[in-house]
Amino acid sequence: MSEQQAYEPKIVAFLCKWCSSAGSDLAGVSRIQYPANATPITVPCSGSVSPMYILSAFKKGADGVLVSGCHIGDCHYMEGNFLARRKLHLVKELLGFIGVEENRFRMSWVSAAEGGKYAQVVKDFVEDLRPLGPQEKLKAQRT
Amino acid sequence: MTKKRTGVFVCHCGTNIAATVDVSRLAKEMANEETVAFSKDYVYMCSDPGQNSVIDAIKENNLDSVVVTCCSPNLHEKTFRDNAIRAGISGFTCEIANIREQCAWVHKDRGEATAKAIKISRSAIRRVARNKSLDPIAVPVTRRVMVIGGGIAGIQASLDIANAGLEVILVEKLATIGGHMLQLSETFPTLDCSQCILSPKMVEVSRHPKIKLMTYSEVQEVTGAVGNFRVKVLQKPTFVDAEACKLCDECTVVCPVVVPNEHDLGLTSRRAIHIPFAQAIPASYTLDESACLGLNPIRCGKCKDVCEAGAINYDMRPQTVVEDVGAIVVATGFDLYPQEKILEYGAGNVEDVLDGLQFERLCSASGATKGHVLRPSDQKEPKEVVFIQCVGSRDPAQHCAYCSKICCMYTAKHARLYKHHVPDGKAYVFYIDIRSGGKGYEEFVQRAMEEDETMYLRGRVSKLHRTKDGKVRVAGTDTLTGQNIEIDADMVVLALAMQPSKGTEEIAKVLKIGRDKDGFLAEAHPKLKPVESVTGGIYLCGAAQGPKDIPETVSQASAAAAKVIGLLSSDTLHHAPTVARVRSSHCTGCEMCVTACPYKAIRLENGKAVVNEVLCEGCGSCSATCLRAAIEVRNVTPLQVHEMIEACLSV
Repeated sequence: MSEQQAYEPKIVAFLCKWCSSAGSDLAGVSRIQYPANATPITVPCSGSVSPMYILSAFKKGADGVLVSGCHIGDCHYMEGNFLARRKLHLVKELLGFIGVEENRFRMSWVSAAEGGKYAQVVKDFVEDLRPLGPQEKLKAQRT
Repeated sequence: MTKKRTGVFVCHCGTNIAATVDVSRLAKEMANEETVAFSKDYVYMCSDPGQNSVIDAIKENNLDSVVVTCCSPNLHEKTFRDNAIRAGISGFTCEIANIREQCAWVHKDRGEATAKAIKISRSAIRRVARNKSLDPIAVPVTRRVMVIGGGIAGIQASLDIANAGLEVILVEKLATIGGHMLQLSETFPTLDCSQCILSPKMVEVSRHPKIKLMTYSEVQEVTGAVGNFRVKVLQKPTFVDAEACKLCDECTVVCPVVVPNEHDLGLTSRRAIHIPFAQAIPASYTLDESACLGLNPIRCGKCKDVCEAGAINYDMRPQTVVEDVGAIVVATGFDLYPQEKILEYGAGNVEDVLDGLQFERLCSASGATKGHVLRPSDQKEPKEVVFIQCVGSRDPAQHCAYCSKICCMYTAKHARLYKHHVPDGKAYVFYIDIRSGGKGYEEFVQRAMEEDETMYLRGRVSKLHRTKDGKVRVAGTDTLTGQNIEIDADMVVLALAMQPSKGTEEIAKVLKIGRDKDGFLAEAHPKLKPVESVTGGIYLCGAAQGPKDIPETVSQASAAAAKVIGLLSSDTLHHAPTVARVRSSHCTGCEMCVTACPYKAIRLENGKAVVNEVLCEGCGSCSATCLRAAIEVRNVTPLQVHEMIEACLSV
């Protein structure tokens, strides 16, 4: 097996507990299969995802980071996803600025009723990450 | 901080998890984690013996925290937290690692799934290692309830709640309560008169000492949370003092403005000043501002002049009323799918093609034709009537994908009513299937076919149009004989789909509750929480939640009422203690969190942020904003999240 084939992108997925986490539950209940690359962390709201979490994930060796929240206008806490969108857009720019491919970070809006969409988001993200290869730029060098 | 003693409990969920995840390996590997003092796997952790084994393990091993790796926390977080409390530790030191929905059910490869389950479980263990034992925050509750929507659902819910001794505010958008049920002539499957069974309930509402009725009013804004909502209601002016009005009807006689009557769906007309119908509650007239010549004695003023009781007041203004309530029931009902969208059936432009509600008004003794079935175009008795089912329903390509559930029954009812009114007439029904599940329903449809000799034709109508001799030509196919059929009918009745009432989207936004893909209000769980919305303290009932008939609506309304009564049965509620906490030593008073908080729960005191724990909902917007990590949500602190990230990326 060549090295390129062995590479499996490691993704940390921050899921809002009100929508995307429930959406991923629905994908489970519907038995919709998707790659096992993304490990979910359920958070109270996409607005609670600090830019530091994303950088921290890259530093700890993530090849991609996904933040998935409620559709704009549907936030359980009224405006958390607006805050998330504003803040995390800047993270994307920052990543570009420091030389990390912007595509390694993705936001999606998946409601509790969109199990299929969550599975698709993960599938697409994994496929888009493959050509980028492992993320080395921010990964802390540990001996 | 002393090191935690965590117990890890791996559930097989029968074979649901165990088939894909190597549960024994998971349990063994988790035992090696630094904070884990005990680990085991078991076939059904949520069963009674499973839960007891958790309690025993906590006691025997002196555990102070628990991670259960099983299904979604939405299902069993409460189960295992309550169980932890039974074992004598805090429920908030119990966390769920979801390895079923988010792992075992979505992956096939055993190796990959097991590796992911290990990461998910390790992440929960790391989180729990820094979880604090917390006690729920007690919050005083307002023991009053708001019911939005005054149809049969809202009326039933209001009466049930008020009869339990709680104060109810019933808010209705229109000038009277009663809803669509009051437009019906008879109801299936007993053919009892709709008004006769509803009117007494409406009167009961108006006379109930515990019910405050607010008609012609709309909910504008809702703040607060379960137990303590503050609702702003806009009361539109009716320009008639309901107390003073003597119902003499003089005003409608002189009013020069004639507009279509909504209650009769445009089959009759009304004046600008009108009473929706004779049995309206409150029994009073309403001056329709949009139709009136101008609310100005110089321009018209005829109604004011003629009113001997002096009940008419042109100076009434909209009023905003603020009500504090502990719970809200949403019963905003349905509308029919618009005929204009059904292009193949003339988009509402073909005369004598009626919708189901219009036909009800034709049959009703209080309706347009005083209970004689006469077609609108020439007021003659129709001798051939075609009823078409599933108009707009079960048509994912063009209209609604869902089944509107009640149309099979009401079409059978319409056919029977028609035959009772016009015994020598012919009734045809075009149908896809007959769905008549319900007590006495199938027998009812059979009677429509046998006793009342309705001709049921299985197939869809492709088009209809008006012929020169004043008939409506209906072209369809009978799929059982394979023949094309053309019927020159005198009248056609469409069983239009039910859709959420106009304004459902707005009210869902105001209340911050979700809607499903079809726009109906979404219940918290399709099976186990059918009357709860996703927002605590807000309940749903009636056709706003999905198409349903009257018996089902009434049961759901009573169910919602029971939930409200249960919620407000004590003076205090418990609020999750996972709220924001300020580390004062780190806070610089920059106010970033104050701006970020959607609940206005943070204020500055002596240059430091202070959190109102009752208002805080624990969303974490503040903590993601703070540059100095001076504010964090309890048990989801940045430190915990960083450790969870590390666990997710472990091998």
